[in-house]
Amino acid sequence: MIRYRNVTKIYPDNSVALRDVSFDVQHGEFVSVVGKSGAGKTTLLKLLLAEERPTKGEVLFEELSVHQLRPSDLPQLRRNIGMVFQDYKLLNSKTAYENVAYVMEVMGLDEETIARDVQEVLEIVGLEDRVHHYPLQLSGGEKQRVAIARALIHRPRVIVADEPTGNLDPYHTRDIIRLLLRINELGTTVILATHNKEIVNRLERRVLTLVEGRLVRDEKQGKFIVV
Amino acid sequence: MMISVKRILRSGWEKFSRDRSSTGAALVVMTVVLFVVSSLFLLQGMSTFLVERLEGGVDVSAYFKDTVSEEEIFEVRSQLLSLQEVKEAEYISREEALRRFVDAYRGQEEILAPLEAIGRNPLYAHLNVKARDPKQYDQIAEFLAGEAFASAIASIDFYDRAPLIERLSLITSGIRGGVLAVSAILSIIAVLVAFNTIRLTIYNSKEEIEIMRLVGASSWFIRGPFLVQGALVGATASFLTLLFLLAIGFFGSKPLYSFSGFDVFAFLLGHFFSLLLLCLAAGIGLGVLSAAIAIRRYLRV
Repeated sequence: MIRYRNVTKIYPDNSVALRDVSFDVQHGEFVSVVGKSGAGKTTLLKLLLAEERPTKGEVLFEELSVHQLRPSDLPQLRRNIGMVFQDYKLLNSKTAYENVAYVMEVMGLDEETIARDVQEVLEIVGLEDRVHHYPLQLSGGEKQRVAIARALIHRPRVIVADEPTGNLDPYHTRDIIRLLLRINELGTTVILATHNKEIVNRLERRVLTLVEGRLVRDEKQGKFIVV
Repeated sequence: MMISVKRILRSGWEKFSRDRSSTGAALVVMTVVLFVVSSLFLLQGMSTFLVERLEGGVDVSAYFKDTVSEEEIFEVRSQLLSLQEVKEAEYISREEALRRFVDAYRGQEEILAPLEAIGRNPLYAHLNVKARDPKQYDQIAEFLAGEAFASAIASIDFYDRAPLIERLSLITSGIRGGVLAVSAILSIIAVLVAFNTIRLTIYNSKEEIEIMRLVGASSWFIRGPFLVQGALVGATASFLTLLFLLAIGFFGSKPLYSFSGFDVFAFLLGHFFSLLLLCLAAGIGLGVLSAAIAIRRYLRV
């Protein structure tokens, strides 16, 4: 489903974010990408969304080379990937409902479908009573649940979560990880970038370990090992 | 397609009504800019009025000998009117000339007494000729001084007033040029200020634009609401500007009228729809264009 082939990313200031990274992700997998801050986790995910271009190598999504797509085709690629960020990246001028509905609106779905699905997804993430609240009126955990609802709403093939629990307390962290697991059980591929040792060890799923941009370990039921 | 257009319009309206700080800042600046632009329109109208008043006071008069009949004068008049340079040629009979003279100097016995002493009307019948352009008086005077009219015309007063007419011509073209130059400079400054304000508004939304890109919105779906917001700012600023102008015109009309003879309020009412169109075109045009240019850099992948 997703394939990184000998990917190297060097930024204009000559800092090397990724060095010759290769791995595959199969449909339905739950993959954790671990490593210290600056290990290259975020760059790895940005490459999949075509937010960054690799210096060498290529990234394939469903056999399509992401970086050979025309700019006008990128929205289509991104509609197949649900993104969850550490800083939530919600639209502050829209309510929780509108934030989630926005993804369906850009896809051109009708209002009836949007109203039904958004309500349903907000119930799944436990925010049915926060529908008309703006992000500034929500707690960190609630914001992240809105972000997950937004990532889920259009049933993408993969959900990419970049440090989704980085700003949350242990209780909200547990809720968010439970949600991601539930989404994965329903068949959606999940890629989770984190440096939270406890989460990774509890998951007992596949773990990719990055050290200074190199993929040093790829284990089926891995643990967070400090290098 | 229609559903997307509807959503873009709704989203633009939401941005306009909810994002109060940036909409408010853009609205204030755009209103000031449109106020400057429409004040320039007002200044043009005022300068045209003053220039026309100055030019209206200038003419060339051809005085006919007593022996020349009215028919012959009308013949000269029709020849003059056939000239491209001539705007109008007013015939003043000897009797009319006397009546105007007496009216003009009523109560000034030292001037009117000699008239009575003469015992007859000493004034000539004449044609007051106005040119389309003050620079053309020279050609009209030369036409009248030609051989064809030598036996009929006693005198032409242009040559005495030529320096005055030339000076007036210089002043009026100076006023026109000056107003045009000031208008052009102020318009450029106004456009730059408006553009930069909208650019700052969009700069504040760069994170929002990034989020929209990441969730798969197409460029038009991102750009559209900003253009709608720009258009709404321009349209609202246009109405605010017209309200301010009318209020200022209403309260400031009297003092300006007594000073220059120019009725601002009547001018504003007379040109209301032109001004409305000018403001809407400038406001919406600037709002949309500035937003379109400013957002381009944030849409690059």
